[in-house]
Amino acid sequence: MTAQNQSLWQRVFGRGATETEVPMPQAAPHPPGGDVSSLDIPPDDPLLTYILNSPGVIEVDKLNLDSPTLQDLRDTGVKVSFPLVSQGELIGLLNMGSRLSEQEYSRDDFRLLQDLATQASPALRVAQLAQRQKIEARQRERLEQELRVARIIQETLLPKEIPSLPDWGLAVHWQPAREVGGDFYDFIQLSEHRLGIIIADVTDKGIPAAMVMATTRSLLRAAAENFDSPGMVLARANDLLYPDIPAKMFVTCLYLIIDTSTGLIQFANAGHNLPYLRTDNGVVEARATGMPLGLMPGMDYEETETTLMPGQSLLLSSDGLVEAHNQEREMFGFPRLKQIMTEDQNGKELIGMLLNSLAEFTGDDYEQEDDITLLTIERSNSAPGIPSENQTAMVNDVSERTLAHFSFPSQPGGERQAAAQVLESIETLNLSKTRRKRLETAVAEATLNAMEHGNQYQADVPVDIQVSTDDQKLYIRITDQGMGTSIPESTHPDLDAKLAGEQSPRGWGLYLIKNMVDEMHTTQDEEHHTIELAIYLA
Amino acid sequence: MVDPTFQVKVRYQEDKAILDLSGEINAFADPALMAAFSEAESKDPDTFVLNFEEVDYINSTGIALIVELLAQVRKSKKSMVVYGLSDHYVEIFKLTRLADFMTIYDSQASALAV
Repeated sequence: MTAQNQSLWQRVFGRGATETEVPMPQAAPHPPGGDVSSLDIPPDDPLLTYILNSPGVIEVDKLNLDSPTLQDLRDTGVKVSFPLVSQGELIGLLNMGSRLSEQEYSRDDFRLLQDLATQASPALRVAQLAQRQKIEARQRERLEQELRVARIIQETLLPKEIPSLPDWGLAVHWQPAREVGGDFYDFIQLSEHRLGIIIADVTDKGIPAAMVMATTRSLLRAAAENFDSPGMVLARANDLLYPDIPAKMFVTCLYLIIDTSTGLIQFANAGHNLPYLRTDNGVVEARATGMPLGLMPGMDYEETETTLMPGQSLLLSSDGLVEAHNQEREMFGFPRLKQIMTEDQNGKELIGMLLNSLAEFTGDDYEQEDDITLLTIERSNSAPGIPSENQTAMVNDVSERTLAHFSFPSQPGGERQAAAQVLESIETLNLSKTRRKRLETAVAEATLNAMEHGNQYQADVPVDIQVSTDDQKLYIRITDQGMGTSIPESTHPDLDAKLAGEQSPRGWGLYLIKNMVDEMHTTQDEEHHTIELAIYLA
Repeated sequence: MVDPTFQVKVRYQEDKAILDLSGEINAFADPALMAAFSEAESKDPDTFVLNFEEVDYINSTGIALIVELLAQVRKSKKSMVVYGLSDHYVEIFKLTRLADFMTIYDSQASALAV
């Protein structure tokens, strides 16, 4: 009971009759003196204990209790007060002033008022809960709005395209968590053969993280223009960031300079995950140590050099991947990442494998805890002096950002919800209403096919939808588990034949999809069908 | 959000049967739509009018249902017109060439004036 007393928030509603809108005979509608329409009872007020121990009428002038609240009631002219109690909790007081006839309240009056108090309590309780819910809904809405703003800031500051370098391949995957974190990356072309690469993670989330991200990015860019040494760049950025960064916030960061003619990589590290280097002899960490930016002034940053040989690649990553938890609360961890990296693959394939492995590890119902950034740097085998049979294998991947990732159970009618959520996830792209409606139809039809034909409407077999963009195009990839037949070629349905009964009236889905988007591709492997829809943004 | 459940009511005006459709036209709409159409057919109207004003979603299965209705209407040498389609679904009716076989009107007044 004591614990409950502490948690009580005590609002005292005064002016009994008018408060409950029940006409009360002969009660003064406005007691003389001050206003008690809203006052808080301190949790240590003895009146509280008294009420909880002896519910029923309080005759204010007769009760002898050293209670400030009781004194307040007296001062405002309250003569009798009826506690309104619901589910053992005091939720208000029904306060009455003097009778208009100036007679004492009778036993009958007490009984009537007590009945009223008993009946009013649950109604008041419901009203209070409704009020609280309204406030909570407003708060949630504000929070969502904040998240949207944070995400827009973050997206705006990321590079619009990945530098295209002969004999080098760069690929990035950036996937913000719902509660936007502070991951970012950047490319700075320092000279013809020197490219600066930044990957960083601001602690905290939402708008504060986005603001610190914006500042750090500018400081790093300015420092990179002024200093050739990665260690100096981090030291300078740290000294400038330190006085301005809010308390308890800091930035982990890795800064690399690649000499694209020789493969020499110089880098320095401010508390970020180490880069992983894949060579023919296995995967190794490239070590360099230093404090995160913004924690302490005057820091030195160790500088390390390594050379990326043709055929080798480097992976930079943020915490979001290795610190993802599965349902048993185990972490994804570096060993798993290292293991996946040993397999022969290019950067984009590696990113795909890591994300697949993450999806397998976390299982369904996974809500991404933190931003995930993966950045791969590869030096092509076809670099000068090294003959290669596969000169065209190295493509410079364009950076793709994931806007949303969904999984839906396969059930009749489920496509509508899927299309609605996809549309919600691309709000920031500001597509016209016409294009949104077209996309809605295309996504709904592709999801309908995936649920009905691909997954045979088995509710426990999900349809996976990934929404991403590289700023040129919007991509929506809808994947089923391929249990049914493969996706047929899209043909032009013949309405005349259908009307003449020579063809099934059905078979419109793929035709509609194809006409609603700019591009449609289908792919399949042994376990999945994927239909990829693309919309041109430029 | 509009109630997604499909509903249909049939009314008659002169030689026209008007099917007032509401909700989503997808596989779930099949039985109710076919039943309403049979009911309208039994009154032997010259023209069937589909009112889409309260319809917010038509998927490919819904298009197939409309094709089925249109095929039956044409078989009995009657005609079918529609009104109340949003711009998006007007585009789809043109794309599927349904618009070649049924006139699309903007409003009930123009659809019933013919």
